Amino acid sequence: MYDPTVARLTYRALLGRRRALILGALPLLLIAISVVVRLLAGADDQTAADLLGGLALATMVPIIGVIAGTGAIGPEIDDGSVVYLLSKPIKRPTIIFTKLIVAIAVTMVFSAVPTLIAGFILNGNGQQIAVAYTVAALVASIAYAALFLLLGTVSRHAVVFGLVYALVWEALFGSLVPGARTLSVQQWALAVAQKVSGGDLVTSDVGLTTATVLLVAVTALATWYAGQKLRSLTLAGEE
Amino acid sequence: MAVEHSTGTSAPAPGDQTRIHNIGYRSYDGPRLGRAYARRSLYSQSLRGSYGLGRSVKSKVLPMLLFVVMCVPAAIMVAVAVFTKAKALPVDYTRYAIIMQAVISLYVASQAPQSVSRDLRFKTVPLYFSRPIEIADYVRAKFAALASALFILTAAPLLVLYVGALLAKLDFADQTKGFAQGLVSVALLSLLFAGIGLVIASFTPRRGFGIAAVIAVLTITYGAVSTLQAIADAQGSGDAVPWIGLFSPITIIDGVQSAFLGATSASPSGVGPSTAEGVVYVLVALGLIAASYGLLMRRYKKVGL
Repeated sequence: MYDPTVARLTYRALLGRRRALILGALPLLLIAISVVVRLLAGADDQTAADLLGGLALATMVPIIGVIAGTGAIGPEIDDGSVVYLLSKPIKRPTIIFTKLIVAIAVTMVFSAVPTLIAGFILNGNGQQIAVAYTVAALVASIAYAALFLLLGTVSRHAVVFGLVYALVWEALFGSLVPGARTLSVQQWALAVAQKVSGGDLVTSDVGLTTATVLLVAVTALATWYAGQKLRSLTLAGEE
Repeated sequence: MAVEHSTGTSAPAPGDQTRIHNIGYRSYDGPRLGRAYARRSLYSQSLRGSYGLGRSVKSKVLPMLLFVVMCVPAAIMVAVAVFTKAKALPVDYTRYAIIMQAVISLYVASQAPQSVSRDLRFKTVPLYFSRPIEIADYVRAKFAALASALFILTAAPLLVLYVGALLAKLDFADQTKGFAQGLVSVALLSLLFAGIGLVIASFTPRRGFGIAAVIAVLTITYGAVSTLQAIADAQGSGDAVPWIGLFSPITIIDGVQSAFLGATSASPSGVGPSTAEGVVYVLVALGLIAASYGLLMRRYKKVGL
């Protein structure tokens, strides 16, 4: 199910040249902000939770997820070079699965690791906040990568739709319509984080069982469907 | 091609029987429309393209959808104000763009790469410059087109609010003043966002990557700035709040309009910059617009050749 060559090529496409710059700039910014906040405000659990929840989990993880998830397959489909990959005797689901693993790994490295570092800078993991949000980022990375990889195979405008989901659905509708929060990767990840931290600083609107079931279901379904889409991929010209 | 082959048996003396036929190619002697016309065409095509006009149905969906999403809340507010006979609109004209900033950011992020990235990717930029237009014309046309598209996007809901406010028989002078202030604010916002979006987009031939980069710059800076402002405010160092606001495009606009255009600041404390700080805000905003124009010129000096 895992093909090292495909993985190597995907890593190279994801981290090559300028892509790595933006992927690296976001975590650096998060860490820089945490240093500033720590100097300004000192170690404060509520501040740490706000910053990690508001900036790291709500904005940074989805954006890195979009870049890594759609970037793992989108550009190849876009410029048509995916036919060379598809014409090799590798199963399409294997290609998707490998690309998913790579996308998850990249998202995790660039979002969960800085979240952990930022958490330690902010309040030295007081009340398990750093660890809780790191777990949330890890869990969210898996779901986001799978979702956005699927989007990459479905649409040529995957990045836009991914961002619409991440920014408009989760942030805007999530804050206006409570029901929208049940269908939000961020809230599912927070449910897991709530279990880890055990405190009342990290809260989610979704129960742990629901969240786990939905997370697993979404990841599995998205990966399966992406494999199916790749089996019947039609290559279209630019608009 | 037009050389007639000799049918003679013996080799003819060169220059004797070979001749070039005039097969009727004519040079163009109609009117030459020139540089200004080409620039205008590029502008109008780019502006139409920003809303998907003249492009496929699929590429019309997103800009039109964002336009509708932008206008619907204004229409709802107006309807509520008319039927409840309210004394004022639920939001200020100047605040509307700040509330809808996610939609505006998405529009810039999707349309700026559409406007410039594909020219880079398919290497059509040199073809443009083989026409009478020059680098400055291309940059100005694209910049103006995206700024106009953004102005349409941000001014349309204000117009809806204004017309609705007049229908609801709110005070004419008061509403007109607010509307004018709102228009100045969104005009500045359009120029600033168009500049930032185009500069980022012009550095990558990949459309998807351009979109992600633009949205990251717009939303992450806003997220970071508003978080820092909230913390600075909570820590009692409220003096720092206006200075932090200089680091994100939308808070720059917010600062300018709360200093000079009678808006209340959307920053956590609700206190906008003072007049002196407001001058800095205006200078930074204009500086950013000028800088993005300069960067685009520099970028296309290289790409054009």
